[in-house]
Amino acid sequence: MVKKTLAADDPPEEFAVKDCALVAIATGRKALTAKELRDHLLAVEVGSVYHHFWGGLLHAHFEEREFNNDFAAWVKHGLHDSILAERLAMLDPTDYPDLEELRQEIVDLIDARLDESESLHWTRASQQFELARSQIVIFDTGNRLSQAGELVDLIPKLSASSIFYHLIDARRRLPEHGNDFSLWLLRFGEEYTDLRAELDGIDPYFGSLSELREQLTVMVHRHLAESAP
Amino acid sequence: MSMLDEYAKVAGRDVIEHLRQLSEPLRGMKLVHVNSTRLGGGVAEILDKLVPLTRELGLDARWETISGEGEFFDCTKGMHNALQGIRVDIPPHLLEAYEKTNRTNAERLRSTLEEADFVFIHDPQPAPLHALCPNRRGKWVWRCHIDASHPHRPVWRYLRNWVKDYDASVFSLAAFAQSLPHPQYIVSPSIDPLSEKNMELGGDEVASVYERFELDPSRPLVLQVSRFDRFKDPVGVIQAYELAKKFVPSLQLVLAGGGATDDPEGEAVLNEVRATAELDPDIHVLLLPSDAHRTINALQRAAPIVLQKSLREGFGLTVTEAMWKGKAVIGGDVGGIRLQVINHHTGFLVNTPEGAALRIRYLLHQPDKLAEMGEKAQGFVRDNFLITRHLREYLTLMVALLHGAGDRIELG
Repeated sequence: MVKKTLAADDPPEEFAVKDCALVAIATGRKALTAKELRDHLLAVEVGSVYHHFWGGLLHAHFEEREFNNDFAAWVKHGLHDSILAERLAMLDPTDYPDLEELRQEIVDLIDARLDESESLHWTRASQQFELARSQIVIFDTGNRLSQAGELVDLIPKLSASSIFYHLIDARRRLPEHGNDFSLWLLRFGEEYTDLRAELDGIDPYFGSLSELREQLTVMVHRHLAESAP
Repeated sequence: MSMLDEYAKVAGRDVIEHLRQLSEPLRGMKLVHVNSTRLGGGVAEILDKLVPLTRELGLDARWETISGEGEFFDCTKGMHNALQGIRVDIPPHLLEAYEKTNRTNAERLRSTLEEADFVFIHDPQPAPLHALCPNRRGKWVWRCHIDASHPHRPVWRYLRNWVKDYDASVFSLAAFAQSLPHPQYIVSPSIDPLSEKNMELGGDEVASVYERFELDPSRPLVLQVSRFDRFKDPVGVIQAYELAKKFVPSLQLVLAGGGATDDPEGEAVLNEVRATAELDPDIHVLLLPSDAHRTINALQRAAPIVLQKSLREGFGLTVTEAMWKGKAVIGGDVGGIRLQVINHHTGFLVNTPEGAALRIRYLLHQPDKLAEMGEKAQGFVRDNFLITRHLREYLTLMVALLHGAGDRIELG
């Protein structure tokens, strides 16, 4: 657990500002029924689960998303099964230690619903679900922060994809599904506990990345304006 | 002012800065795009801007075209139709002309292509160049711009033999991807916001279309821009208009499109549309030349509501164009239109003339909602469907190809 091994009096390390770009890759797997989706999910690269939960935020998507993942959206609008759609929509990836567990939970939810609903076995979707995965290219902007107060100036200027990397992609990379900002602020000891708690509490799914940037800007300004350089 | 600066004004300074940083590891590398024409068609339109933009980012980007004669283009036209699902077989002599033309072009282009770090081959016309350049040093990508979701299998099998050994292919939608032994990237099409078709126009120029096409500026207008073929359902659009007109008697309809069509049914559809239009002076059928970009632009800006009631659609760039102009779009619930028209947000997806009529009535009675949806539509295109996003994804896949097939590539 990285958070617990970091001592509060560790010297603050620099925050390396990174950015990223995603590109989608077709897996060739296409589903027209709940059973087909289930079977494909069991066999597809686990990166596809990442793509359909998280990647959507950086790919073409509408900011006012009805569901937080593509599976739920397809079950609702393709298969027209509101019950399964709602259950899938409430999946929070941060409840699972890794993507394999999340994959299994999706499969279990589909299986459970297939047990409940006879008609879902033969319902064919009005549009097929194409499973895709992403490649993410991460690059270093060269920008470094050494003081927490520098976030006040940095956040409003961050690209949407940089926000994605540090706040959302971080959930996959870090223990306890944290974010890069909170992890770095931990190095300053107890001083920014409140800010870290707010950062950890962000629900990133239903707004656009630019809205998320605005939310972060306000949050960081409220906590750090006095310590800004 | 550089082209990148011009695009920064539209897409945002951060978008351009992102491109600069992403392209850093590719600076100085040789990139060659190859297609079959410099003029006309969506591919040439995109490359015309994409290549100089890539050069400004520091890559040594070039655009080459292959040349061919009648039989070559008869063959590739057949391939195009076959990839789109038309059951047309291509006779051996045309395939021979196709291969011979590619051999001739390979002689001319071989050294350029073999020394390139990246080669993007667009569509079927130059596909054999990969096999005809055996001393390749770079990564080769086959970019398919065609809706190949249901290809005529014999023709696809032939073409697949030419493209299977590429390092990657790119399709516009996941639904178009085929079984190939390499990564198949998904890169949506895009529009160029600074082109004549999409640039800002003055109010006078927009208003001029009313007089030119005898439209009444004081009455509501709905517009569909598309070829006259069955898949674009112009007859269904007229039915929707007629249903809506019972409730909005002042309604006018413009169906604007090119006169030429590859579809043998096109003539019949056009005649059907014209016959109906003759009975109603408020239906305006406009046959416009293929270079009437500013006219289309002005019409899209003049119409409060744009329709794209397709029954089958690849991506639907006319939808993107209308949304970029701040228009709510009533679109068919098919293909790439679903990626763009978000029900109740950027427009409405419909399945019938009745559905389209209902939404026309709704939007004409809700001007505030119409404006709000138009604003959202424009923002959605800005974030997702401009040429800068297209370039970003090309750069990303180029970096990815240099670093292997892993899901995560960390540079520096």
